[in-house]
Amino acid sequence: MEETIRFELNGKRTELLLDPNQTLLWVLRYKCGLTGTKYGCGMGFCGACTVLLEGEPVRSCMLPVSDAANKKIITIEGLARNGDLHPLQKAFMEYDALQCGYCTPGMIMTAVGLLMKNPEPSQQDIIKGMEDNLCRCGSHVRIIKAIQTAGKEMKGGR
Amino acid sequence: MRKAIKNDKESLKSEEHIREIKRRDFFKLLGGGIFIFFQPFDAFDLLELQAQQGRSLPKDFNAFLQITEDGLVNCYTGKVEMGQGAITSLPQIMADELDVPYEKVKMFMGDTDLCPWDRGTNGSQTIRTFSISMRAAAAEAKAVLMQLASENLHVPVSRLEVKDGLVSDTANNRSKVSYGELTKGKKIERHLDRKAVLKDAAKFKYVGKPYLHQDARIKVTGEAEFSADIKLPGLLHARILRPPSHGAKLLTADVSEAEKIKGVRVVRDGELIAVLSDDRDKADQAIVKVKAEYSFDEIKVDDKTIFDRILNAKSTANVVRSNGDPETGRKISDTVIESEFHNSYVAHAPIEPHAATAMIEGDKITAWVSTQTPFPAQESIAREMNVPLEKVRVITPFVGAGFGGKSAHRQSVEAVKLARITGRPVVVAWTRQEEFFYDTFRPAAVVKITSGMDKSGRITLWDYHTYYAGSRGSDTIYDVQHSRTTDYSRGSVHPFGTGAWRAPGNNTNTFARESQINIMASKAGIDPLDFRLKNLKDEKMIGVLKAVADKFGYTSAKNPSGRGYGIACGTDVGTWVAHMAEVKVDKNTGHVQVIRVACAQDMGLCINPQGATIQMEGCITMGMGYALTEEIQFQGGNIRNQSFDTYEIPRFSWVPKIDTVIMDRKDQAPQGGGEPAIICMGAVIANAVFDATGARLYQLPMTPERILAAMKKA
Repeated sequence: MEETIRFELNGKRTELLLDPNQTLLWVLRYKCGLTGTKYGCGMGFCGACTVLLEGEPVRSCMLPVSDAANKKIITIEGLARNGDLHPLQKAFMEYDALQCGYCTPGMIMTAVGLLMKNPEPSQQDIIKGMEDNLCRCGSHVRIIKAIQTAGKEMKGGR
Repeated sequence: MRKAIKNDKESLKSEEHIREIKRRDFFKLLGGGIFIFFQPFDAFDLLELQAQQGRSLPKDFNAFLQITEDGLVNCYTGKVEMGQGAITSLPQIMADELDVPYEKVKMFMGDTDLCPWDRGTNGSQTIRTFSISMRAAAAEAKAVLMQLASENLHVPVSRLEVKDGLVSDTANNRSKVSYGELTKGKKIERHLDRKAVLKDAAKFKYVGKPYLHQDARIKVTGEAEFSADIKLPGLLHARILRPPSHGAKLLTADVSEAEKIKGVRVVRDGELIAVLSDDRDKADQAIVKVKAEYSFDEIKVDDKTIFDRILNAKSTANVVRSNGDPETGRKISDTVIESEFHNSYVAHAPIEPHAATAMIEGDKITAWVSTQTPFPAQESIAREMNVPLEKVRVITPFVGAGFGGKSAHRQSVEAVKLARITGRPVVVAWTRQEEFFYDTFRPAAVVKITSGMDKSGRITLWDYHTYYAGSRGSDTIYDVQHSRTTDYSRGSVHPFGTGAWRAPGNNTNTFARESQINIMASKAGIDPLDFRLKNLKDEKMIGVLKAVADKFGYTSAKNPSGRGYGIACGTDVGTWVAHMAEVKVDKNTGHVQVIRVACAQDMGLCINPQGATIQMEGCITMGMGYALTEEIQFQGGNIRNQSFDTYEIPRFSWVPKIDTVIMDRKDQAPQGGGEPAIICMGAVIANAVFDATGARLYQLPMTPERILAAMKKA
């Protein structure tokens, strides 16, 4: 039942021997040690588990690891380069766009996907793009501002 | 020179207190330096607590401050960080009182081995109670340091000044010594049991300035550890068999199919049936293979009939406060209005469900727990496992929000039990369904109000009855000659667990009171802000109302004006708040869009205006949920909401423009900030809906169906 699954995880070639039906979220968290990706609902409703698969934000709680085979995965841990934070990470800090911080990785990963598709999103675009990511602490207004700012910075070239 | 240090005799007296703490090897763990132990409750609080808990509190001091041998300031407290920002604001206070750079102050929170006992993080106590004593402890520490510096530099204390942890002689600025040098090789203990002389607020360098979340960096990189993130070799993932409803009793369980799954271990310990595996997926697969039969003995009640049950329950009536005589009030009233308000059960629904990771090494139990109550969790574990307290260490990593829901810590005992049985570290991370099932919901409640006024719109009668909401926030607040508040509670009415939910009681009471005030204002033909100002004597309430009206750009109008403007005000945890909102109601669908909300808050001295503003925004955003959609649907003990598809919390598209005002009150004691701004959200939206449509909503949440029904009646 177990087989070798290969993927590129945060730029590193990764090879695991496991049941291909295992959930990507649990594989990332407990086989790869990347616990920044969070469990929130297990049904794709909250977005806390969002990672990028081939540049697309996906809900890792709903995905068998086999769907990631031979693909590129980026998690929250893979955003910074050489200790230099991604503009979205910086903007989330600058705008204090978090409280408890539990939904934050999923928010940022969804926003990365959003900005990759639409580097200059309007407020409405951001609301639409982030609508299915839930935050209970109520940091929404700040998250919107952070995404707008990061978009501008990224367009300015980084 | 002021006598700042306790004499030896007093120190000896405190030896008894310290012994308890010593037993826990604090000093071995923490090295040398200056230690100031303090107690964050005043004597009345302690007495009340003892009465409430029916037991005496541990004798030791509740927190301590350490000036380390390298001049750092560490504060150890049982409080936790769950997004409210205590980890950011508390060091501001200490940095100011001790005259050290902000970066040199560090909080150590919620670790039962390192931190002295604390009952938990709730009721917005961290700033308004805890920080007061912490500040005094910092002042005491500074006094000790000044004494040491005086001896070291051979000059009287009065000639010394401190800047950034460096003490110097004002008469000879080449003569200086750092806090680190002063504490080197020392082990000085002091116990704070008197009032310390505090720094003049005008000299604050850090307090009152906006500080960004100190923990933001590790939260945006994914490094911040939560309770299910603990990496331990041999970790087992557990899933536990749960009953289908509250009140269901397990009759039989057939685990044979689950046992057949390779790599799954099934554990039975009395009522506890769990499946464990190295892989979470396997545990998930196994748990659904357990075939269980139950008997059902449930209370016959659902989300529609609960209000009758509440009103008919054999409850204890307790007159909380009264003034004048309601019968006289009724007689002198020209208009009497009777209303009944309903509020539903709501869930805390933090995005992090309850989680705990447990490890047992020899006879020492360590548990990382997502909890607001690490010490009560430690006590629960020790009791259930039948071991002495000191054999249990509860560590509280970052908590993915609580709002009161993580005062319950059932998962911690589950994880420890399973770790003991399996001999391996175990993580119990609840599913969203488990989180909804075991949540201690905010109780459903009823408020009945009979109020009267004279022809001029002066309130002459206020007879207020609150059923099962709790009395917090049930104050009349208006200047009424004849008023009475009666609280009905204590009977058992709920078919499942209930508990404190952000500003417990106050959301229901403020919804009822402030709706009733608008009903009266409308009947009197007076603008609802003018009506309030006419009936208020409370200067602080008048202050926040005027401030919010100014921020909102409010102009007077009789309701309903068609503008969709709402207003509400109240007090919570020592803080005064007033809100105004503008809504749009879709008259075809009954859907409410909140366009903007303004909020003014008088919270005394505001430590971190940035953090306080964020809490206000959070309260306003979260509060729209209980106002508009959030409601637990149930039949007996069967909770129908299992996830965010059927339990709708606020999303990005809901969020209004938010404007906040914090009143400048540097001369006053700091008050609570995590809860007050949520209390008005039900009433401010209900009043805005009335102003937009002429429809009065008497029940929360104001779902589209309820709004359409109310519009039909209007």
